[in-house]
Amino acid sequence: MKMPTPDAAIVARRREIADHLQRLLAPESVIASDEERRVYESDGLTAYRQPPLIAVLPSSTAEVSAVLAYCQVEGIKIVPRGAGTSLSGGALPLADAITLGLGKLNRVLEIDLPNRTVTVQPGVTNLGITRAVEHAGFYYAPDPSSQIACTIGGNIAENSGGVHCLKYGLTTNNVLGLEFVLMNGEVVRLGGKHLDAGGYDLMGVLTGSEGLLGVVTEVTVRVLPKPSHLKAMMIGFPTSEQAGECVARVIAGGIIPAGMEMMDKPAIHAAEAFVHVGYPLDVGALLIIELDGPECEIDAYMVRIEAIAGECSAVSCRVSRSEAERLGFWAGRKAAFPAVGRISPDYYCMDGTIPRRRLAEVLARMEALSAQYGLKVANVFHAGDGNLHPLILYDANQPGELERCEEFGAEILKLCVEVGGVLTGEHGVGVEKRDLMPAMFDEHDLDHQMRLKCAFDPDHLLNPGKVFPQLRRCAELGRMHVHHGELPFPDLERF
Amino acid sequence: MNVLRPDSAAAVEEAIATAAAERTPLEITGAGTKRGWGRPVEAAQGLSLAGLRGITLYEAEELVLSARAGTTLAEIELSLAQKGQQLAFEPPDWAGLYGAAPGTQTIGGIIACNLAGPRRLTAGAARDHLLGFHAVSGRGEPFKSGGRVVKNVTGFDLSKLMAGSFGTLAVMTEVTLKVLPRPETAATLLLLGQDAATAVGSMAAALGSSNEVSGAAWLPATLAGRLGIGEGAAVTALRFEGLAESVAYRVAALGSLIPGAAARLEGVASDAFWRAVGNADPLASDPLASDPPASDPARDLWRVSVAPLDGARLIAALPEAEAYLDWAGGLVWLALPASTDGGAARVRQAKGQAGHATLVRAGAEARARTQVFEPEPPALTALSRRIKASFDPLGLLNPGRMVEGR
Repeated sequence: MKMPTPDAAIVARRREIADHLQRLLAPESVIASDEERRVYESDGLTAYRQPPLIAVLPSSTAEVSAVLAYCQVEGIKIVPRGAGTSLSGGALPLADAITLGLGKLNRVLEIDLPNRTVTVQPGVTNLGITRAVEHAGFYYAPDPSSQIACTIGGNIAENSGGVHCLKYGLTTNNVLGLEFVLMNGEVVRLGGKHLDAGGYDLMGVLTGSEGLLGVVTEVTVRVLPKPSHLKAMMIGFPTSEQAGECVARVIAGGIIPAGMEMMDKPAIHAAEAFVHVGYPLDVGALLIIELDGPECEIDAYMVRIEAIAGECSAVSCRVSRSEAERLGFWAGRKAAFPAVGRISPDYYCMDGTIPRRRLAEVLARMEALSAQYGLKVANVFHAGDGNLHPLILYDANQPGELERCEEFGAEILKLCVEVGGVLTGEHGVGVEKRDLMPAMFDEHDLDHQMRLKCAFDPDHLLNPGKVFPQLRRCAELGRMHVHHGELPFPDLERF
Repeated sequence: MNVLRPDSAAAVEEAIATAAAERTPLEITGAGTKRGWGRPVEAAQGLSLAGLRGITLYEAEELVLSARAGTTLAEIELSLAQKGQQLAFEPPDWAGLYGAAPGTQTIGGIIACNLAGPRRLTAGAARDHLLGFHAVSGRGEPFKSGGRVVKNVTGFDLSKLMAGSFGTLAVMTEVTLKVLPRPETAATLLLLGQDAATAVGSMAAALGSSNEVSGAAWLPATLAGRLGIGEGAAVTALRFEGLAESVAYRVAALGSLIPGAAARLEGVASDAFWRAVGNADPLASDPLASDPPASDPARDLWRVSVAPLDGARLIAALPEAEAYLDWAGGLVWLALPASTDGGAARVRQAKGQAGHATLVRAGAEARARTQVFEPEPPALTALSRRIKASFDPLGLLNPGRMVEGR
């Protein structure tokens, strides 16, 4: 993975920059020692490590603004960071960049249940929002698997999803207001507690922008009343293809479950060995479907789903009879990643989305690739929305195996794009999928995205080296050559 | 006005390249049903996408549909209905507000205006359902963003930027939308005689319960009467959708939580009521004129998005306005006697700092001299200008439609 060449002049100024930052922030909020910087050297994508130039931990919007304004003037790069759970290297530090940790901005600012909103600072965890309102029967719907640790600011940077997003949307669909700081230090507010804001939808643009456009310092999200009932069913199929067919038919039948997750045989076995929740071991694929709403609705849908599953050759079907049992169904799915971690020295979690009906084809081709690369794969999917998480098993201590694993992973993602899907469903592009962007976007597509970047951050100081294979100079992107008589389609008839 | 009518994406590209070469600003329209919304466009040439029609992909089991920008909503809704599906954001038809032909609006126009109806409350706006698009920017360059799958975080989400940009950044040639199953049944519970403040409280209680309310509106007696409901009383309406047994259960559960339900609208009557609410039918024409043309701008119309609890407060602050509430109080529709600034000063003063007030209908003169959309703070204005300049450096696309000079 090639990162931009560090600016030696900036690296040489570390001490001086740290001294200046200590005048902007409390001294203990500036981390410049070799040992302490190491804490920030990677995020959830641990294959890449790089201690930051300096880490700073501001505790107010004003401090964030002061740091950014200083860095803009001095030409110092900034890498924003939440809890560091990104799986795509979105918060990977650069040797010549300040890592801006937002963990101290962790207060719940306002709970407004009559308006169904909660306003928090970006360092509050995703689950922390639910914890703040569950006493009153509310919750925050988007629930990435890392929700116990990941922060809402990071969720906004990555537009994280989770199990519930088929029915309740991604982060972007649940954010009502933002306060963010531009690279030049200006503080901008968008939206609020109301649903529709006029003007360009910059809130929508910032969400999922992977820290390249601005630093979020305050967030207002909508919270929902908890459904009256929740039940899950666990359906076993001989093959993943049949499970996939069942998913398609459930949706075509007009049912949108709260969650619909699939695991293949290697994932089922790894999970069962880890959490012992009674997953069937004799099936090729397991579907966990969760329904929420009034009990009569859940029961009616379950009857329909069971019939559909039967048509798709299901061999087993269990419905949760208690809350403990429902959570048990999920325990294995939620522990699938660490469970796979027990059966292989290392694994690499991929994240692509495909149109659901291409699942059988994609699985078959993934199996062929697995044989070709000599690396095993375990699969867990957000089946309802076609979001695949193939886990490639490898051993980093075997020379060349990591590289082979990365090549295999890249092949999988290109395959996702080839069948009409996308490179990333929820983990982000980061550094991981950066060089694959041209597989999905042509030059014009990327230029238009980069021009947006230029409008926010013309000097490319915010999180450089992420998302785009190469950042072109903004001046170059801004040029437009139009001359009389030089039209793209000279042979076409004029209007 | 001379209007170009390209029938392919390549022809759109060529039209914009020509406009760039000749420095000719363009007014971008679909069917033109919402031309009366926004500031009058400062362009002498038109570019209509109405000829760029047709559904290009519809996979019901994938919940995805792609259509060329000029495809009418009517055509899309017909195809969806045949598979028991719908656009869940419930796009309203505002043709009645502007004297245009109902049922002709295009999907490109709906997305460009980011329109959504009563179900906005739970299902989101047009922006939340746009998965991807193809467009030609003001640079005359074709580009795309997003995809055709629900879960996608690859690159910047330019779909959000396009939704609600009123054709000022790029001309969309094709859009891909998330579609959803159509609920099997719908019923609307009516509470009679509540004033706005009480209604907002009832609606907050309903939305704060687990009974999945998918529409919550309040109409004063006069406006309810115009829709033929309420029998002379103000109406608070709560909609429930889904399986018949589930709807019945939730209606009963809510009825015991918020007593006073006096009537119920079922099926077609329920659908018609919510369509009227979304289309602003109660305020579309001037009730004082004897036979008003629908587009009669005798009254200025506002659509104000606020925190739900602020809806009633805003109505109280504007006693001269005729008003009703949608989105559980979070959307206030206001009609004011016509004035030179479209009532902007009054409405924005009454609203205060929070929320967004949009002048939806007024005479061209009032729209040209006032801020139709909520004024932005300077940092945001500067940023929006830089974005406009990125996509449309020559200012060719719908110049002035959103704000003066942009």
